Amino acid sequence: MCLGVPARITEIRDEGPLRMGSVDFGGVSREVCLDWVPQAGVGDHVLVHAGFAIGVIDEAEAQQTLRLLAELAAASAAEDRDREARQRPGAEPPS
Amino acid sequence: MKYMDEFRDPTLVQAVIAELWRTAVRPHVIMEICGGQTHAIVRSGLDRLLPPGLTLAHGPGCPVCVTPLETLDQAMAIACRPDVIFTSYGDMLRVPGSDGDLFGVRARGGDVRVVYSPLDAVRLAQENPARQVVFFAIGFETTAPANATSVVQARRLGLRNFTILASQVCVPGAMRAILSSPDNRVEAFLAAGHVCTVMGWREYTPIAREHGVPIVVTGFEPLDIARGILLAVKQLEAGRAEVENAYERVVTEPGNPGAQTAVREVFRVGDRVWRGLGVIPDGGLHLRDEWSEFDAAKRFDVSRVKPVESPICIAGEILKGLRLPADCPAFDDPCTPDHPLGATMVSAEGTCNAYHRYGRGREETE
Repeated sequence: MCLGVPARITEIRDEGPLRMGSVDFGGVSREVCLDWVPQAGVGDHVLVHAGFAIGVIDEAEAQQTLRLLAELAAASAAEDRDREARQRPGAEPPS
Repeated sequence: MKYMDEFRDPTLVQAVIAELWRTAVRPHVIMEICGGQTHAIVRSGLDRLLPPGLTLAHGPGCPVCVTPLETLDQAMAIACRPDVIFTSYGDMLRVPGSDGDLFGVRARGGDVRVVYSPLDAVRLAQENPARQVVFFAIGFETTAPANATSVVQARRLGLRNFTILASQVCVPGAMRAILSSPDNRVEAFLAAGHVCTVMGWREYTPIAREHGVPIVVTGFEPLDIARGILLAVKQLEAGRAEVENAYERVVTEPGNPGAQTAVREVFRVGDRVWRGLGVIPDGGLHLRDEWSEFDAAKRFDVSRVKPVESPICIAGEILKGLRLPADCPAFDDPCTPDHPLGATMVSAEGTCNAYHRYGRGREETE
């Protein structure tokens, strides 16, 4: 029920009091109400729930989250490599 | 698809899980509120990758599951009427009432239709002026603005043949009820990201402070959920209890003001019955008096409804996060999605449905 699906706005039009438009869900097009995302334009991604866009997806924030997690993954991989190197026979530094 | 595939990257999920293993020292119980998150967790197997001692309790965030039996029985009574086109989100049709379900009403000739959006129901009312169109307006804060807009739009169009049967519930009241329960074991919450897309997270700050629980606003992809769990565990290990946003790409602190205005115009906050949980103070929304002409429970006589719950089903305990589906004597036999005893087995957000669908049978969870 609280499913929200990302979609790209392809068209915006005013239908009486409601701001409506078309969005693309990775190949499937659908009519949605865009009343609550007045800042969004064609090409922007929104989160769609029950035929309404309930929020705009912030590309910069998405990239920042993925960057942070990639750094975590890199640090984690480096730690694993260090541990393996320490455990390998003959890998100890010469005394 | 953009904003979905990147947040399912297994390498990144593994890195977050590895960090979680390094961080979690003591045992903890964290509740994901939203049933959509429960399904994502069980589907991806995230719960099997957690460090020992870290438990996810599944929360009551399934609107279909908490819609009161009485309201469901009212829905069936209305849907049986020959002058009515009864419209609903698809998940509600198979939920067992006291005597059958909405699919059964349709099989007996009732005009019951699934709609994608409440605006589709308004359109049906425009196209069928001689019929009464009723929309089953259930949902959490995520859905409340859409449901509210349906009656606003019906009034704008001058429709006299459109009403809603509302069962709108709100998360903060339920969180307080869970935390105040004497058998509570929840130490932190993953707040439902799409509820917060609409509402923001200001309502959660006093809950975190008063009850000393970390609350992390969390999305729905495996990477989002893993990160939400990690941030909650970091807070628990450090002895902090704050509201934190781990769904930055969509959620802002104030939420969506336009959507909130739509809700406030039509609904007021009040006590609400949650199926399985009982009356929750400020647990939901009611149509304001000035919109009562759109209340289906007033337009149609539903006074003869006498709800009777299944004596076997333990959905209430499951919705509180106290028990698991395998604890129920009816789980998988005779209770299945095709022949459900309780709503938690039906819904795409119900815990029993997730455990059934992804093969978490009795042996698996024992």
